Amino acid sequence: MIPFDFEYYRPSSTSEAVQIFMELDAAGKNPRYYGGGTELISMARMNSLSFGAVIDIKAIPECNVLEIDNGHLMLGTTLTLTRLHESNLFPLLAQAGSRVADHTIQSKITLGGNLCGSIIYKEALLPLLLTDTEALIAGPSGMKTRQVNAIFNQSVQLEPAEFIVQLHMAEKYLALPYIHVKKTKQDKINYPLVTICALKNGQEIRVAFSGVSDFPFRCSNMEAALNERSRPIDSRVARALEVMPVRVLNNLEGSADFRRFILTNLLTSVVGSLEADAI
Amino acid sequence: MSDSYIGKDVIRKEAWDKVSGRAKYNSDYSSPNLLHGVLVCSNCAHGYIKRLDYSQAVNMPGVKKILTGADYSILCGSIIQDRPPLAVGKVRYYGEPVALVIAASEAEASAAAVRVVVEYEKLPTVNSPAEAIQAGAPLVHDYLGDYKHVIPEVYPTPGTNIVHQVKIRKGDMQQGWADSVCVIEGSYLLPQADHIAMETRNARAEVLPDGQIIIHSSSQAPFGIRKQISEHFGVELGKVVVHVPLVGGAYGGKAAVQLEFLAVMASMATGGQPVMISNTREQDIMASPGKIGLEARIKLGADAKGILKAGEYTFLLGTGAYADTGPRMGNSIAMNCTGPYKIDNVWCDTYCLYTNHTYVTSFRGFGHSSLTFAVERSMDKLAAAMNMDPLELRRRNLITPGQTSPSQVMMTPSILGNVPACLDKVAKLINWDKGARIRLDNQRIKAKGLACFWKTSNSPTDAFAAAIISFNSDASINLNVGAVKIGPSTKTTLAQILAEIMQVDINKIHVEMEVNTRTSPHHWKTVASMTTFMVGRAVEEAAYDAIHQILSLAAIVLQCAPGDLHMSPGRVYYKDDPGLYVDLADIVHGYKYPNGHTIGSQIIGRGTYVMSRLSPMNKETGQGKTGPYWTPGAQAVEIELNLADYSYKILRAATVLDAGKVLNPASARGLVMGAMGMGLGLGSREYYIYDQEQTLQNSSLRTYKVLRIGEQPEYLVDWIETPHEASAFGERGLAEHGILGIHAALANALSEAAGVELDQLPVLPELIWQKRKEQQL
Amino acid sequence: MKEMLTEGLIYLNINGEVRKTLVRPADTLLFALRERLGLTGAKPGCENGDCGACTVLVDGWPVKSCLMLAVEACDHEITTIEGLNNTPIQREFVEKFAFQCGYCTPGFIMNCQGLINIHPDASDEVINEWLQSNICRCTSYEEITAAVKSALNTVNNDPVS
Ligand code: FES
Ligand code: FES
Repeated sequence: MIPFDFEYYRPSSTSEAVQIFMELDAAGKNPRYYGGGTELISMARMNSLSFGAVIDIKAIPECNVLEIDNGHLMLGTTLTLTRLHESNLFPLLAQAGSRVADHTIQSKITLGGNLCGSIIYKEALLPLLLTDTEALIAGPSGMKTRQVNAIFNQSVQLEPAEFIVQLHMAEKYLALPYIHVKKTKQDKINYPLVTICALKNGQEIRVAFSGVSDFPFRCSNMEAALNERSRPIDSRVARALEVMPVRVLNNLEGSADFRRFILTNLLTSVVGSLEADAI
Repeated sequence: MSDSYIGKDVIRKEAWDKVSGRAKYNSDYSSPNLLHGVLVCSNCAHGYIKRLDYSQAVNMPGVKKILTGADYSILCGSIIQDRPPLAVGKVRYYGEPVALVIAASEAEASAAAVRVVVEYEKLPTVNSPAEAIQAGAPLVHDYLGDYKHVIPEVYPTPGTNIVHQVKIRKGDMQQGWADSVCVIEGSYLLPQADHIAMETRNARAEVLPDGQIIIHSSSQAPFGIRKQISEHFGVELGKVVVHVPLVGGAYGGKAAVQLEFLAVMASMATGGQPVMISNTREQDIMASPGKIGLEARIKLGADAKGILKAGEYTFLLGTGAYADTGPRMGNSIAMNCTGPYKIDNVWCDTYCLYTNHTYVTSFRGFGHSSLTFAVERSMDKLAAAMNMDPLELRRRNLITPGQTSPSQVMMTPSILGNVPACLDKVAKLINWDKGARIRLDNQRIKAKGLACFWKTSNSPTDAFAAAIISFNSDASINLNVGAVKIGPSTKTTLAQILAEIMQVDINKIHVEMEVNTRTSPHHWKTVASMTTFMVGRAVEEAAYDAIHQILSLAAIVLQCAPGDLHMSPGRVYYKDDPGLYVDLADIVHGYKYPNGHTIGSQIIGRGTYVMSRLSPMNKETGQGKTGPYWTPGAQAVEIELNLADYSYKILRAATVLDAGKVLNPASARGLVMGAMGMGLGLGSREYYIYDQEQTLQNSSLRTYKVLRIGEQPEYLVDWIETPHEASAFGERGLAEHGILGIHAALANALSEAAGVELDQLPVLPELIWQKRKEQQL
Repeated sequence: MKEMLTEGLIYLNINGEVRKTLVRPADTLLFALRERLGLTGAKPGCENGDCGACTVLVDGWPVKSCLMLAVEACDHEITTIEGLNNTPIQREFVEKFAFQCGYCTPGFIMNCQGLINIHPDASDEVINEWLQSNICRCTSYEEITAAVKSALNTVNNDPVS
């Protein structure tokens, strides 16, 4: 039972959404954009979050786009993880999304919700970090486009009134060789101990991580180390871990030391497989 | 009727209600005038309540009343009365209820509950049973010596955290060690865990103008609720009525009386209005009682042939902040401390200890699953030390009739069953002879582990059951017993027993699913896998009572002696001439002669059963017999361990138990497999996680993990049938037993595969990694 | 734009019928079904999306009704366990002993029904992936797996049933 009341709005355009957000905000109602709502509902029930209004953006047509246009895949922000999985237009993203929560909830969790919610793992972000994805953002000053890597950099860098409408990535990435691996403490349905998404773009391997630290990341120094093909994989992985720019997470899922152990193994096998093209 | 109902896969009587959403559980009831109570729970594990301010909350819309510990001075408990329904003065665990908000709707009560402000002055915490027993440990209860004992056989030590102590002294330890050539020792750690019944605990109560208290609860112990409510609120027993509809899983967790007190207090505080209190999942985990924690030390000695000569056992049972049934589980563990092995020299000290964790209550296996883990890990250690096959070591030591248990009960085939037969059969099922450890490649190892178990009950020596059967005019039968309908298809099994004895079609037996303490005959509690035995016996008696009445009446009608008659489906006939008969339907509501004269009336059979020759355990030696018989068994698990990340798959899990007689094979198999699944969950992932401050970290199903579909192994289940002579058709209880040794077998298999001693639960990949790292493997 | 500012009436399309009900914007679909419409087949087990006991179908897809606002469900077709009548999956649950206490059963059956509708050709892997969304604490899952496989078989061999 959610222990407080809030108002519910369902705008039909991005501008309507932003406008109502600003009005509610000005009225001190502490509004939230609402996609799948799974996180808002559960956090509200626990009273760990409170708000005076939600703005459900699922009825905005642009937020539901799923198409390839002009060499780009366009993904609406309110597409559910199930929808991404069933369409399978971007297999790596489909796979990453299909390991978030459980199957039933995946048909409620939206792409944008997974990216912008407060749960730290954001596993659907990893494929986007690897593919130079751009986000179309609606905000008080209209629509704009920004690089996903810039928005999701140690924290979510969006203004309160802004929300992501769509994500665009070049079609060429969709068919590249890829690997998605997720290791958990024990259960299949759980937050990650370590999740890795990797792509092979020509000879270059790109890697992004979730669960390793308190925010998903991709790091060019690590990739440089991993792509130094003249050296044996073990030493490349060791080097990559040395330059890893984050503090390794230590939480209920596992200790930092165990995470390092898992990460080393996974990274070794990911790089090995991608180089052997064994996928 | 030629077909027997015994040994048949009879489908649950309530099956179609359950698959159509029509089955009603307690919280499926709602009514516009129902008030709702929402608990405010402590976020401090041990501390004085410095300030409890509900001034903001009490004026919120819909709020009727806010109760705190100051409103009622009640201390409750089924063994020792140590627990206030709402904390008084101090809190003793994270999650302890400190206030109850009663409002017109759940939304309003929840909204107000978050406005109740509580401040604590933190006290040092007791973090484990081992810490609890240290001299100078902080005291969880300052006035332990003042608490009222509900039963005489509970032995607290005031001024410490020891709420109960049990000893087993059997044989001569000095002799035992002298006869041993090989001695091993091990320490084991089992953290507390949770029942996770899918239906959270809930209760509603209403006080009528004439003082009657009507309670509806999701409970295994309606008669226990009635007794405790009557006692604590000073209301005559007969004026308290407890209703229990279908229960959505319990596993022991719904035998404790907790929310019922709060619901009654809430109703009293609001002029007798009906009030519902329903745990959220988080409250069900942190505020309502869970499973015991156990720290065990076991030392075993064996002679050159591997024959056990001495066993020394120390068990520190963590009962959390309050005792509930913890002391009785301490008895249970002590009484069966050796496992199903013959040891002449036994020394066991069991302490039941308070800690600043969620308190505990009975849990599937009543202490035996934790006990079995420690015993069976020890047996594997002994086998390794003696360089013996773990199967062979067990075979040589299994207890057999003619020997005595640790509490010195003389074993007979009827009392004990056949343990060696169980072990042999399970070894075959798991293909033990094909190798206990197989290296598949440089990353993967397959391994097997074994465990043997036994369990008897530890119920009050005067616990009894009763049954009433009444005939409808169409000769169908209503069966009314005081046992609660939870998961095991007990009521269907009882109908099978009745159908078999009365020779009636099982579809003509209508079982009352709900328990109502005013109209249902008494049954102490639906626990301990004892229901089919105890109530089964009562049903048997009731059936014979009814048959006697029917034959007597039919004898008059057919002008012969009752002994000349026989029951067959639908009729009673003259043995010498089956053509001479009277239809059942013509006599079960009395027989009417053509002239209108009538003899007899409704046939109502009654039966009761009390277990015989039970005695509590002696304080100094543990001697005593607390249960009528044992159900023993053996289990095995096969796993595949991946050395790259220490993840593992549970491939196969096998159980063979001596069921006496399997009355309903499909249900029995389901119960055993379900219990195995729960045990594998406990073995591999389930535990309460506490931080430094003893804050429970995993009180939701997001973080408290249980087995899900696809994670289960292939299940192999089989039976040995050595009748328990005193039971209906010879059956032995089996609802809990699938859990008992399964995590021991799992840990044995994983220890074998990983080459390290995995002596604590749950076995997580990180634990295996940690242990191997410590040993630099 | 549609909006709901305070407690009020909404219309829900449930089991083929339009039903009027009074909810707060903050009420979940689970609450509306159980407390307002008396459809108590969907059960609360966690109200946090973790257990699946509250699963219903929304436009044919399984949804955890504890994680959907009632107001969000307007304009969608909802099917609850009460809307199933003697279906193959219900029969198989009975015959395969796929429940004990039965509390998780309506949620499991609705998830299975969704699977049967959407992927009647589901592989073992897909069956597991879908059903992992639900928890049963009584059974071993072996019986539930057997029931859904058998129901899929029935449906595939006799699409009318
Ligand atoms: S109650 Fe909805 S998932 Fe548990
Ligand atoms: S049948 Fe009890 S939880 Fe599934």
